Parts: sequence; C-alpha cells; structure tokens
Amino acid sequence: MTEDVPRTTGSDAFLSVRDLRVRFSTEDGIVKAVDGLSFDVERGKTLGIVGESGSGKSVTNLTVLGLHNPDTSTIEGSINLDGQELLTASERELQKLRGNKMAMIFQDPLTAMSPYYTVGRQLSEPYMKHRGASKKEAKDRAVQMLEKVGIPQPKLRFDDYPHQFSGGMRQRAMIAMALMCDPELLIADEPTTALDVTVQAQILDLLKDLQQEFGSAIIFITHDLGVIANMADDIMVMYGGRAMERGTVREVLHTPRHPYTWGLLSSMPRLDSDVDIALEPIPGTPPSLLNPPTGCRFSPRCVFKDQVAGDLCTTVTPELGEGRDTACHLTSAQKQSIFIDKIQPRLR
Amino acid sequence: MSDNLTAPEQKHAEATPAAERRTLLEVKGLTMHFPIYGGFPFKRKVGAVQAVDNVDLTVAEGEALGVVGESGCGKSTTGRLITRLMEPTAGTITYRGQDITHASRRQLSPIRSEIQMIFQDPYSSLNPRQTVGTIIKSPMEVNGIEPAGGRTKRVKELLELVGLNPEHYNRFPHEFSGGQRQRIGVARALALNPKLIVADEPVSALDVSIQAQVVNLLKKVQDELGIAFVFIAHDLAIVRHFSQRVAVMYLGKVVEVGDRDDIYNRPRHPYTHALLSAVPEVEIEDAEPRERIRLYGDVPSPVNPPSGCRFRTRCWKAQDKCATEEPPLVQISGNRDGHLTACHFPEEPTTQARGEDVVLDPALQALEAEHAESAESAVSDKD
Amino acid sequence: MFKFILRRSMGAVITLFLIGTVTFFLFLSGPSDYASLACGKDCSPARIESIRHAMGLDLPLFQQWWDFMSGIVMGRDFPTGHCSAPCLGVSYSSNELVWDTVVDRMPLTLSLTVGGLVVFLFIGLAAGMIAAYKKGTAVDKFATGASTVLSSFQIYLLGPLALLLFVWSTGWFENPKYYPFLENPFLWLAGLWIPILVMSTIFTAQYTRMARSELVQQLQEEHVRTARAKGMSKKYVFFRYAWRGSLIPILTVIGIDISSLLSGGVVTELTFSLHGLGRLAVDGATTKDLPLTMGVMLVSAFFILICNMVTDILYAYVDPRIRLS
Repeated sequence: MTEDVPRTTGSDAFLSVRDLRVRFSTEDGIVKAVDGLSFDVERGKTLGIVGESGSGKSVTNLTVLGLHNPDTSTIEGSINLDGQELLTASERELQKLRGNKMAMIFQDPLTAMSPYYTVGRQLSEPYMKHRGASKKEAKDRAVQMLEKVGIPQPKLRFDDYPHQFSGGMRQRAMIAMALMCDPELLIADEPTTALDVTVQAQILDLLKDLQQEFGSAIIFITHDLGVIANMADDIMVMYGGRAMERGTVREVLHTPRHPYTWGLLSSMPRLDSDVDIALEPIPGTPPSLLNPPTGCRFSPRCVFKDQVAGDLCTTVTPELGEGRDTACHLTSAQKQSIFIDKIQPRLR
Repeated sequence: MSDNLTAPEQKHAEATPAAERRTLLEVKGLTMHFPIYGGFPFKRKVGAVQAVDNVDLTVAEGEALGVVGESGCGKSTTGRLITRLMEPTAGTITYRGQDITHASRRQLSPIRSEIQMIFQDPYSSLNPRQTVGTIIKSPMEVNGIEPAGGRTKRVKELLELVGLNPEHYNRFPHEFSGGQRQRIGVARALALNPKLIVADEPVSALDVSIQAQVVNLLKKVQDELGIAFVFIAHDLAIVRHFSQRVAVMYLGKVVEVGDRDDIYNRPRHPYTHALLSAVPEVEIEDAEPRERIRLYGDVPSPVNPPSGCRFRTRCWKAQDKCATEEPPLVQISGNRDGHLTACHFPEEPTTQARGEDVVLDPALQALEAEHAESAESAVSDKD
Repeated sequence: MFKFILRRSMGAVITLFLIGTVTFFLFLSGPSDYASLACGKDCSPARIESIRHAMGLDLPLFQQWWDFMSGIVMGRDFPTGHCSAPCLGVSYSSNELVWDTVVDRMPLTLSLTVGGLVVFLFIGLAAGMIAAYKKGTAVDKFATGASTVLSSFQIYLLGPLALLLFVWSTGWFENPKYYPFLENPFLWLAGLWIPILVMSTIFTAQYTRMARSELVQQLQEEHVRTARAKGMSKKYVFFRYAWRGSLIPILTVIGIDISSLLSGGVVTELTFSLHGLGRLAVDGATTKDLPLTMGVMLVSAFFILICNMVTDILYAYVDPRIRLS
C-alpha cells in the first residue's frame, strides 16, 4: 500500500511514549483510563489525538506532564522526552520541564486561569521561575508575547484580570502564557472547544502560524475531526484508552482503515455532503473503563466484526504497530474492499 | 440503531414544496430586552441586554427551520420566546393565526401541547427522582389527555418510537447514557402529538458518534410525523443536514435567512461568509478550495450593540453608511425568492476561494507577512 | 471602592434604624405595664401614674418612638438629668444610663469575641491547611478525626470540665476574671484564656474541617492545575493559588459566625460567671427592662453590621471579580 512510507523510528522522536498504562483507583473500582498506548511526536510536527469522552486522550497528556496524583493513580510504561525518561523523573526535575520545555494549553481559559491574579502576573511567573528573569524582564517578555498573539494594547492589558478579557482574548493570553519560555513541546487540550466558530478559526490559524515561528512539537487533542484535519500532520484515533488507527492526516482522513474511524466520519455531516444521505451513527455507547470489553475495545459497537473469523475480536486485543497502522483484526484486503464499497461512497 | 417509527394517529406531511405549505408560526418584530439594574445609591434600570431585537421568522407546517449563530446572538432566547417560556418585550407571535404573544396561562394551555421543546442538556432537563415512564407521562397528565389504550400504553409506544426498550419504563434517568437521555427528552416532547418542536442545541452535549443517532431520530420524526422544527444550533453542518430553511443570527438580529442552498452555497451577508469559512472541515480530496475569512476578536456585548448594522465593527466591507443606517432584511438583487439579506454591501453569492484571503486579525496578519517574507527570501537565496 | 463602602454604610444605618423601630414597637405592644413593674408591689395608682409620666409612657406612641430614636443621635433630657448622645435611655431596674452600663460591660464581651475569633481562625485554618496539604496521610486523618469529635463539644459541657480541671480540683489557675486589656495584657490573658479557648473549640473544629475541604476542592480546580503545568512548585501553588481561592467561602462563613459568636458569648458568660453584654441582655429580658434590652440589641446589631461590612470589603479585596464588577 502507498501509505507504508518509511518514517522515523521511535528513537529519533522528540517525544516517545511506549506502552503507557494509566489506572485510577476509585470507589467503584479500577479505571483503566489508558491501556497500552505508544506514539511518537517529532520536532516541529503536530500530532493530533482524536477521541470522544473517555477515550483517554486528556489523561495521556496530563500524564506526559506528570500531573496525576501519585496516590490514586498507577502509571506504567515509558515517556521519553528528548532523551529524558519522565516517568521515573523526580518532581523537582519535572517542575523544571513544565512550562519550560513542555507547556500546555487547556480547554476553557476562564477556569484555567486564576481569577485572583492579573494576566500579566500569571504570564510572568513561569518566565521568572525558569529563566531566573527579573519582574521587569518578565513583564517585557509577557507584553511582547501578548502582542504576538494579538491582544490589543498589551501594556495596559498586562494589569487586567482574566475576567476582563473576552473568551477569545483569554485563550490568546493562555497561548501567550504557554509560549513564554519557548517550549519545545506544546500540548493543546481541546483549546478551541469552548469558543465560537469564528473565534476558533482565529485561534487555530494563530497556533499554526506560531508553530511555524517557534518550531515546537504540538500534541493537539480534540474530538473534532474537522479541527484535526486543519491542524495536524499526523493523527492518532483513540477509543476506550487505546489507539485504534494512526497515520498522516491524508491517510487517516482520506483512506481510513479502521471501523471506528469509518464510524466517526460517517456519523458527521459536512458542509458539502449530500443532505439526502442519512448519517450513519455508531450503534451503542462508549465503553465503561471500569469493565472494558475483552478483546478489541470497539468490538461491541463494530458492525464489521462478523467478517472476522471466530471470536478473535472479543478475545484477542489487536495491537497497533509502528507508523501507519490500524488496530483491527480485519485483513488488509477486507479493510480495503469495505472502505471502497461501503465507506467511500458515503463520504463523497 | 434502527428507529421504527409508527404513529398511525398522525397525518404524514404532505409532499408539497415548502413555499406552498401553510404557515404554522409567524414571528414579527420579536424583541427581548433583559433589564440591567445598578446605580447609586438606589438600584434602578441602567440598561438592557438586547438579546433579541426585531426578529421576523416564519415556520411552515412540517418544515424545519434552522437557526444558527454564535453565543450571544439570541438564538436560544428566540426559542424560549416562541415556546412562550418567556414573554417578549415587543413583537407578535402568531401560531396558526392566533396571536399568542401575551396569551395567559389558560389561553395558552391548548397550544402548549402543540408546541414542545427539547433542551440541550439531557442531564439537567430530566428530573432524576422520576422514572422515565412518569417523565414521559407527565405532559399528558398536566394537559388531561387520555390517549386510546391508556397513558402507559402510549408511553411504551413512544419509548419504542425513539428507539428505547419499552420495558425500561420504570428506570430512572441516571441509568441511561447521554444519547438515550436525549431520546427520553424527544419522547416527552412527542407525548402530546405536537405540531412544532423547538430544539435548542439538542445534540451539542453529546459525543460525535452519538450525535448522529439523535439527529437521525429527529429527522425521522420530522419526515414521518410531519412535525415542524425550529432547530437551534451552533454547528453549521448539522443545521444544514437537518433544516430546509436556515436563519443566521448575529447579536440579536436575523442577518440572513433563506433556503438551505441559498445560505450555504449562495450566501450574501459577510457574516454568513465568515461563519461558513470558519467551520473546520474534513474536506474530500478533490474539493474546491473554500474562501478564507478570519475576523478579529469576539462578538461585541449585546448591552451596547453597534449602531446601524451590528456586524459592522467586525466587517471588512463596512462603510460610513453601515454605522448610520440599519440595513433592512430584504430580498436584495440577485437573491432568489425567500432569500433575505440585511446588508448594504453584500458579497458575491459563492463560497469559493477568492483571490486574496480576508484576514482582519492583526496577529495573523503580522505572522503571515513575516512567513511570506522569509519564504520569499528563501526563494531568492536559491536564485 | 469608596462608593461601595458608602453604599454599605448607608445600608447599615437603614438596617439599624429598622431594628430599633421594630424592637421598640414589639416591646411596647406587649401586655406588660412597665410603670407598675418599675414601681414594685404595693404601689398606689397615683404613684404608678407619676412613674408613668416620669418614664414618658403617657406620651403618644409615636412621640415615644421619636424621643427614643432621636435620643440616640442627639441625646435627650430626662427629669433626672441630661443623657448625652448616644442616649439609649435609662434602665428601669437600675435607673442608670443604659449606654454607661453597655460601655462598662462591652470590653469583656469584645475580649471574648475577638479572642475567640483569633484563636479559632489561627488554629482552625492552620490545622485545615496542614490536613489538606498532607491529604490522605496520618496527619490528615488525625486532624479530620479530632475535629469531628471536638465539633460536638458544647460550651456548657466543656466549660465546667475546664474549670474542674484547671481551677477547682488543681488550683493551678484563678477563676476566670476580666482585667482591662490596656492596663495589663498579661493579666487579661491569664484571666480569660480558659473561656476563650472553651468558647472557640467548636469553631476551631469546624474551621479545620471547612478549610481542609475547601482547599482539597480548590486543589482540583483547573487554574490550580494550570499553575502546576507552568512548573510552579506544589508549595507555591498551594499557598498562592489554592489558598486564595478557598478564602472566599471561608470569609462568607466568618461573616455569619461572628453573630453566633456573640450569642455564644451569652452561654460562655453564664458558664464562667462573667458579666458582659450577653449577661446584660439576659438580665434585661428577664426583668422586662425595655431600654436595657433594646440598648444591648442595638449595640450588638451595630457590631454585627460592622463585621459584615468588613467581610464584604475583604471579599472585594480577595476577589478582583467582585472589586471590578
């Protein structure tokens, strides 16, 4: 297949996650939020992680930053950032990386910024801490960054509180905050979900333009395939704490090979799709992470599982290989023919 | 999930074009201003949130009217006014020829059963202490309606209609998933054989894979039971998929209204262009490039909306006239019948890419100019 | 900010005016004949009449009310002499000026209230902070458990217990007694530490639990997570971000608790045989001493309103969303 282009192996990647498992103990039992996840992010590239609620996409990224409470969660596997293992790193070492080498943009800028301190102070903090900068130097840098992200009158707005900013301006300030120390890895968790569509378009373009300037690697988490199509170089589709499909944007969105990706694409209307073709929803509901289905996590909702011989789908968990791959028991030929016969006509 | 819709007592929508259908609901000059109190030393009315301002809309029998717009555009308030959950500040709401704008509770009661509402949040709009059966039954009880075969039988029919197991009659809302809860909301709305359903963001709280289940259910309800819809949503693709006609709202005003094709393929209002261009899309491989319009900043406050055309502060075509004269919502030249646009300087009726992108955001302008420059110098270095 | 304080002050004045008026009419509309009460047993009708006249009870109700209210602001003249502002009238039972009696008793009640406030805020909030910081550890469990037990220890139980332990059986300390703070702070403390501690025990326990739960909740807030994602240390985030956020709900409760602290003072004063405002209020009510009761009520209301105002101002200071709205 054409998508089997040779690509960089894990060791060259800037961020390399291998067999990550994250479990939380709750009153109801153990939640397997992430269950055997591996992926790489290269410098200057954007990895889009798509998934619905409970897919484990946000948990993964908080784990990369080391922000889970060690008392209630167990984390296994390996997270390697630029040659440094993060899972065994001390809290002090992680603090040096957070906000500095790796930074995060959260979904809702209203709740993600403290209402009690000025935007300027919240921007200055990481710069003073990581760069040992004085208050004055941090202010200069913050004003410069606020201007860069398009905040009008940045010198005046420096002393304003987050609630005095509009929604879009707040998210710009949040981006400026993440970029204060020139991070090499930027994690954006649904950064535009809380915003209106015309504001979302501004912020997405801004992130793309800034990446070109700063050269950061970006992990972009979203549930919106349209957003990911515009933002990412590579896509990983997650479901029930596992990766289902991975490849470049073109590969995953134009020649998808996994029944879940097919389901997502067919259940979503587009601005140019034929309105007379009914949407094809994915039957059933997302799995419980307390008692995930055996075998393939998606098998209870998969309409193609009867094409797989025996009970493979419900007994054996399909693995996702390196590079372009899908975690599915269907054969390559089956995937190809189902896509061409059943899926592609719907996406026209 | 297959939704077997059978409702013998309902008449199917006549297969007539929208224009020839009878008007079911007519809204004229609808205005809702929420007062703001403040001041010193005694509080008094100091202003008003102009949530909805002079809105005209019509819904024909069996038709789905989509209402789109961003936060603060007044689409939800409009929905609540139509269902008379609120009384408007001004304007008239006429339902089947009867003025219900200021109708009393008693006058409203026969109409209440014909106009139903579906809410965004399936978690908070269902009473957690009542069984599903009680929830769906209660509108029948309140209105004293006794269907043939009894209320319980009707509830079970409704559950089946919306794709839920009738045996789950005695379960509580928390035992259902988000998508199923929204189905319960639909069943409750259908309990009184309504003629009009106002659906306010009915799928935006649901996961992508579940949204389609509910959209398909609503579409079948509309097609097979002939129920008219006012479908309020911010997702332009879902509104396009669901509605025959679409109204675009901005800061309390309808800026453009027309058939689906008019709005999505031949939009005239700059705001409609900007809105469509902003939708992030998974494009098919040989898709024609779309125009790129990037506005700057957020929607202004509805407390002090701009004079004249409310969109002018974010519009690239705005001129002096836009500040002084409010553009009327009319069929401007070049528009087809029923396609109304409120703009002094309308755009070309296409969404195809233009020669030059419209980028109003100064940060984007600066970054993109920088990148273009460095790309140019890279090219000249090679030469 | 100035406008805010001015508006609140005007509100407070109106509230005081209403409290004064309502209590005035409530008392006068009662069935008691104050003149015959003041006269005592075996009193001739003529004598009652003359007392009634001396007390001004024969005047129209509105006139009496006006005399009372204007006396507070401008002072007033009684047959027995002038009563300068703020004049709260003359006690029926002691024939002394109410204001003088209140001023005499006030320092003790203030000592108890302020002392108690300082103790429970300091110990309670500190214990809550430590418990939240070390959530899930033995320290946390001990603090949570101890505060649950202590929050059920009422003053009338704890008070005699403390007296028995420290005073009566061992003789280590004197019976609680009030010494003016300004004259000798050490003596003041030595005289009042037992009632202050006893009185603040329940509050200390409550504030420990509240501070802990507020902080635990704040630590899960998204903006706290953002601060951690910026690389700020756990300690910094705890004290700068989480603590700041938990102050608002704590302030709200303090505002409410100050009034219950004042009424808690009644029990404390009775338990330890101290003579403060609480005792005065009880005496006034039992002897139907109208001016005395109203005087104590108005002064207490005044303090509560001042405290609420201070709380509101602190509120605005802590939360810029309130300050700048």
